[in-house]
Amino acid sequence: MKHIIAVLVENKPGVLARVSTMFARRGFNIHSLTVGPTEDPTLSRMTVVVDGPEMEQIVKQLYKLVHTVKVTEFEPGTAVERELMLVRVKADPKRRGEILDAARVSEARAVDVGAATITFEVVGPPERLADFLQLMSTYGVVALAKSGRIALAKDQKTSKKQLKSA
Amino acid sequence: MPEQITGAQALIRSLEHEGVEIVFGMPGGAILKAYDPIIESPIRHVLARHEQGAGHMASGYAHATGRVGVAMVTSGPAATNLLTALQDAYMDSVPVVAITGQVATTSIGNDAFQEAHTWGMSMPATKHNTLLTSVEEIPDAVREAFHLASTGRKGPVLIDIPKDLLADTMTWHRPGEIKLPGYKPAVKGHPRQVKAAFDLIDASERPVLYIGGGVVAAGATDELKEFAERINVPMVTTLMARGAFPDSHPLNLGMPGMHGNYTATTALQRSDLLITIGARFDDRITGDPKHFATEAKVIHVDVDPAEIGKIRFADVPIVGDAKAVLGQLLAEAEKRDPAPSRRPWFATIEEWQAVYPLAYEQDPDGPIQQQFVIEELHRITGGDATIVAGVGQHQMWASQFWGFEEPRRWINSGGLGTMGYAIPAAIGAKVGTPDELVWAIDGDGCFQMTGTEMITAAVEHIPIKVALLNNESLGMVKQWQHLFYDGRLSETELHPHTPDFAKFAEACGGTGLRADHPSEVAGVIEQAMSINDRPVLIEFRCDPEAMIFPMVPAGGSNDDIAMSREDFMSVEDPT
Repeated sequence: MKHIIAVLVENKPGVLARVSTMFARRGFNIHSLTVGPTEDPTLSRMTVVVDGPEMEQIVKQLYKLVHTVKVTEFEPGTAVERELMLVRVKADPKRRGEILDAARVSEARAVDVGAATITFEVVGPPERLADFLQLMSTYGVVALAKSGRIALAKDQKTSKKQLKSA
Repeated sequence: MPEQITGAQALIRSLEHEGVEIVFGMPGGAILKAYDPIIESPIRHVLARHEQGAGHMASGYAHATGRVGVAMVTSGPAATNLLTALQDAYMDSVPVVAITGQVATTSIGNDAFQEAHTWGMSMPATKHNTLLTSVEEIPDAVREAFHLASTGRKGPVLIDIPKDLLADTMTWHRPGEIKLPGYKPAVKGHPRQVKAAFDLIDASERPVLYIGGGVVAAGATDELKEFAERINVPMVTTLMARGAFPDSHPLNLGMPGMHGNYTATTALQRSDLLITIGARFDDRITGDPKHFATEAKVIHVDVDPAEIGKIRFADVPIVGDAKAVLGQLLAEAEKRDPAPSRRPWFATIEEWQAVYPLAYEQDPDGPIQQQFVIEELHRITGGDATIVAGVGQHQMWASQFWGFEEPRRWINSGGLGTMGYAIPAAIGAKVGTPDELVWAIDGDGCFQMTGTEMITAAVEHIPIKVALLNNESLGMVKQWQHLFYDGRLSETELHPHTPDFAKFAEACGGTGLRADHPSEVAGVIEQAMSINDRPVLIEFRCDPEAMIFPMVPAGGSNDDIAMSREDFMSVEDPT
């Protein structure tokens, strides 16, 4: 089972190396890891997707790093999750229309059209990316790049309100 | 006008502000600038013969004094030589601050002369490390390093300083407030957990206090004694906790584990409640964790939350400093009924002690048994000595047969098992506690790794004493070859190529003595005790075939503890 953890770290040189070295040293597998700035310039946010049952140890070991400020593990459904994917698909002129139709349904955007391929951009929750990739595999995927996941906890108040109104 | 000083001066001044009285190290290109202000500084510098030695000296100093040990070396090979000592200190949670020179900022990444990626290499071997980028950072970096090394779970911290920063000038300022938003080590345990722990203690019939080095690190030995007596529970002290509780105390069962005594190991194994304080369920204690103390519930007190649940589930986890939590437990004890007599449990323990004592036989005609040397040393010194061991059979015998009464009088490499630890660590311990008698108990294999630090001891007038138990082999490894490889000895016999150790000690500027026969043992020890102006080494020509028992085979169950070689064979082959 995959788990998503958000790690707020001090925005210091080498902090990514500290985190990745710790994962390697402790034998934890990283499925994906993204890092970027936050609203606070002194902090960076990492979103790490990890496999495996050792979540408690992973969180504790992250906290042991001096530059780790906060670690949050998201329970399923409690976070907004997004990924970005660029996928280049074989598209000979005869099937182009069919492929573009399929893409429209999946909210994929054609960002580069070549003589024999089309490159799509898909942004969304991981399932949407997976579905689109499966759909495109019948035409032939030539190249693929994925961003890794980013996530933010849902605003609990809003969620509850929405639940009531529903 | 504000005072302008160089980075090198700022570094040494910062160390002075931390109360550093001694630095162990060796100069070289990138750190050279920092060695100039050392000349005027009240800080004493001890010149090691190898950077690994400097690191172990800092560790031995820290063990003996409870203060932060400091090692300072140059870049590249010096930093890599230091790494072993850093990893050693990390495994045993020893507060050490290491300062390494680095090539100039503009040269970093260019494979410059004596460049190594010290920051990257030391990252998993330290509690924290930092590569400085400006001279202004020096005072705060030193303050931060000492704070990190000496608080929470203690450990080594490394500061890597490019040489241009040491030459740059800055306006001297005392370090400001420490800003580490992510670093808040726990002190007090959660009151609810303290109560929950006591509920388990009250309900248990066969409790054991499982005490680790964290109790020594926290300076909690007085609280521990009061607590153990108050709840009337027997105790085992791990290799890192020898001396945390007096061995002469009837509640102390001694060391458990792979080479622990039968009673200590079996008491853990049969217990229904492990009251674990500052210990980490190391594989040398548990054997196969699946078969370790299977009937026991666990209370686990540790300052490092990551230790709790890492190996063994804790029914009652308590994150906190051992001293603070023991204080809370004692306060809770006041509210509870007096402890029960636990007669059946103590009766069982006493029976084990009677049937399975630690034992050896010294044939008066020789060869010298290693245990005999340790017992004679204990008798002649009255036990009033700090014992520093290397790694191997001699280390286990020292831990088994020396009666430890006080904390910080037993110094060894527990977690990493670093051969060669004893001589440099003994030097560090002696410098830190000059009024104490410091005996290194070393093996011939270990001594050949770091014995050149005897020169340091002689030149720097650090009169350590060394009991070298020469069994002409890498004894522990040889033992495994005897037991697990049908006696096929491969590269474990050092004889006849061992040097004349007594002559070696003399050549280093110390005194060298030798005992070949059991009847000579007491005499040479007494002779060594009379020499206090230089290091003394005694080579004891010991039994090359002696093995360390009891023994639980690595990865085996603690139920399968073997008391002797014959016993081991019967355990290994039930037919």
